[in-house]
Amino acid sequence: MADSKLMNLKLKIWRQAGPGAPGHFVDHHAKNVSPDMSFLEMLDVVNENLIKSGQDPVEFDHDCREGICGSCALVINGNPHGPETRTTTCQLHMRKFKDGDSIVIEPFRAKAFPIVKDLAVDRSAFDRIQRAGGFVSVNTGAAPDANTLPISKSSADMAFAAATCIGCGACVAACKNASASLFVSAKISHLALLPQGQAEREQRALNMVAQMDAEGFGACSNTGACEATCPVGISLESIARMNRDFLSGSICER
Amino acid sequence: MTQTSPKLESKSPSGPIESRWEKHKFESKLVNPANKRKHTILVVGTGLAGASAAASLGELGYKVKVFCIHDTPRRAHSIAAQGGINAAKNYANDGDSVYRLFYDTVKGGDFRARESNVYRLAQVSTAIIDHCVAIGVPFAREYGGLLDNRSFGGAQVSRTFYARGQTGQQLLLGAYASMNRQSKNGNVEIYSRREMLDLVLVDGVARGITVRNLVTGEIESFAGDAVLLATGGYGNVYYLSTNAKNSNVTASWRCHRRGAYFGNPCFTQIHPTCIPRSGSYQSKLTLMSESLRNDGRVWVPKDKGDKRRPQDIPESERDYYLERIYPSFGNLVPRDVASRQAKFRVDEDRGVGSTGEAVYLDFSDSIKRLGRDKISEKYGNLFQMYEKITGENPYEMPMRIFPAVHYTMGGLWVDYNLMSTIPGLHVLGEANFSDHGANRLGASALMQGLADGFFVIPYTLGQYIASNPLPKVDISHDAFKASKEEVSQRLTQLLALRGQHTVDEIHRKLGQIMWDQVGMSRNAEGLKKAMDEIRNLRQTFWNDVRVPGEPNFKNSELEKAGRVADFLELGELMAKDALEREESCGGHFREEHQTPDNEAKRDDTNFCHVTAWEAKPHSDAISWTPHKESLNFEYVKPSQRSYK
Repeated sequence: MADSKLMNLKLKIWRQAGPGAPGHFVDHHAKNVSPDMSFLEMLDVVNENLIKSGQDPVEFDHDCREGICGSCALVINGNPHGPETRTTTCQLHMRKFKDGDSIVIEPFRAKAFPIVKDLAVDRSAFDRIQRAGGFVSVNTGAAPDANTLPISKSSADMAFAAATCIGCGACVAACKNASASLFVSAKISHLALLPQGQAEREQRALNMVAQMDAEGFGACSNTGACEATCPVGISLESIARMNRDFLSGSICER
Repeated sequence: MTQTSPKLESKSPSGPIESRWEKHKFESKLVNPANKRKHTILVVGTGLAGASAAASLGELGYKVKVFCIHDTPRRAHSIAAQGGINAAKNYANDGDSVYRLFYDTVKGGDFRARESNVYRLAQVSTAIIDHCVAIGVPFAREYGGLLDNRSFGGAQVSRTFYARGQTGQQLLLGAYASMNRQSKNGNVEIYSRREMLDLVLVDGVARGITVRNLVTGEIESFAGDAVLLATGGYGNVYYLSTNAKNSNVTASWRCHRRGAYFGNPCFTQIHPTCIPRSGSYQSKLTLMSESLRNDGRVWVPKDKGDKRRPQDIPESERDYYLERIYPSFGNLVPRDVASRQAKFRVDEDRGVGSTGEAVYLDFSDSIKRLGRDKISEKYGNLFQMYEKITGENPYEMPMRIFPAVHYTMGGLWVDYNLMSTIPGLHVLGEANFSDHGANRLGASALMQGLADGFFVIPYTLGQYIASNPLPKVDISHDAFKASKEEVSQRLTQLLALRGQHTVDEIHRKLGQIMWDQVGMSRNAEGLKKAMDEIRNLRQTFWNDVRVPGEPNFKNSELEKAGRVADFLELGELMAKDALEREESCGGHFREEHQTPDNEAKRDDTNFCHVTAWEAKPHSDAISWTPHKESLNFEYVKPSQRSYK
């Protein structure tokens, strides 16, 4: 990589010492950034320099760096996961930026996602929602042969599309109401589209929606910001499916 | 033949291999359903093995406490597995069977795995698929609605079940959902953002763990009747690997220092198809699923130092070297073979790309034959990922790939019941050493994780609980206080160093030593040099590392520092094990031991055994004593592996 391509960037990063502490933006500089670096590798370099100069590095969640674990969760210039569509923060590369750019980096913000430190947030609300009903109640060892249950390819593909949700929470961060509808509906849709999920289908929707509300996520007003920002392209259609299952569940509940 | 040392009795049942597991299950004691709820089981790690164990033990009625370092259990690194999961279903009607999967796995592992374990793995593989479908895992299907299969390296049948390029995520979400169901039922308690930093022994038996709460920094104790470790592999000792950034050896290493023997630490798998590194800032390497070798052809230019663009190199000047050397397996040779051949091409100066450290994986023939849509349906997300990382479009240009550290076959030694040399400490999944020998076949890691968690441990743990007295122990016991004290002291010591080097700088240096000397090919001189260099680096770390921040907040640097400190001991042990194993087998290639055409040359007379290392920790040093478990092959007779 020729040196002429290296970039210098100004970063405005949200710093917050802990859950209760006040937060504020701090200016940091990223020098000699290669366009082939990932966004998180750029932050790694910033952090190494901070440590060497005796300062506290910026805390952020990350793990697989392949776009599948859903850990990384940065709002970059106002966009959850940054400017590129269908991309997690870890898969965003610096070739999408220009020398001299200013970049504002914030955590995913929502009442239900309290800040742990700097850019790391607590998304355990998602776990509690799934615990409320995001499963098929079958015990280990009880299953019949897998091929006794044919599933049409189109159903299987649709269920798979919903199941690709990586649980990152970008949909919540993008929503002006901080609604978790896209996430919850993806989980509900995955099982609602498969025959295995039918027995508990309506109860599942009722329980998961109730927990979503209890966690303090906002309501859905169909702006579609979630779908636009989702790194794996979960469709708004799943929210319609969730609402349908919730409604029929509410009517039939006894 | 090697003598098995007394602590390494495998406890494998005898008799015909087909009925050993059945017999063992029948002979295992049972725990009365009403008594199960009186037993607390601590499960560390929530990947496929940990989550499935927590779920199945919760279903049985045990009280399970499960711990993970992530903000949620669904992020464990099993999630990143792309290609698939093997099972001997023979749905493809192509001659597969339990025996063939067993045979392929023993042979693929280069005759360094325990036959009884591997047979059991092949046997339960079919139940895994049944169960995963029942809990809603959306596997790929044919138009007729039945499950689709594909083939993987080291096998000539199609036995791999998959969910596009994210089989690991779909299986993990299934296991996680089952665990959540037990959490809702009150049988499983989930503790996220907790890191296990010590194993607590009471009268020589594993009775608890000491963990750090990664948000508040608090050091916490948990007591139980058994500890199940499912904390994955140690590939990150190389710094650059396909492992997630937070994958580490610490939980296993803390147990090792408490007396658990470490089996075959030098058996590392280098995966042949990864995206090559692009610069010194590189933080990890990304795997491109092995399934791509079904439709991609691997080649390099025939001429040395050929810098032309791939599309400018005519067909006659390309060397499809895997097809040339291994006509019967072609591009689907096992991982160790494919990786080594790529290294040989690069060493010959026939590597491609700006660094010369890559070979091509070319899809143009398949795109011509099957059409772009079909290729996109099979591998779309992988192609997309490749383009995001490299900025090149693999539909138009061949991918550049190079081997990278991916999986570790070695791990804590366990017997047939998955119990380590410490009574009560069980080890599951990649964290144990057991089923893959010296080389793991593709799509077998997911299979082993789920086999251990869903179908093995529920039986073998019952036997342990039912046949041991397990007097009541709680966290007020002195052993817990002593462990807490030791853990706190170590953290305080790390934070007090305030030296010149960052943790990552030292980790990168360790990684370089490991890759250069303990990587794809090894020799005695290099291994001795590596051991010296690692000891020196360990000294630099403990004198001159800088860990910023405070103990009682989220502090990623402190977490990393503790993990790198453990890698700095493990690295030395890996080199020592590689030096002691004077043969080549599977992923362990000793340059001194090769056939005239550069294939691995095993020594079954002297090395048909597992080496399990006992740690002797001293105040500021560590040493090891080797022990051996002899391996007997009654069914698959060891032969030189040939994929030609």
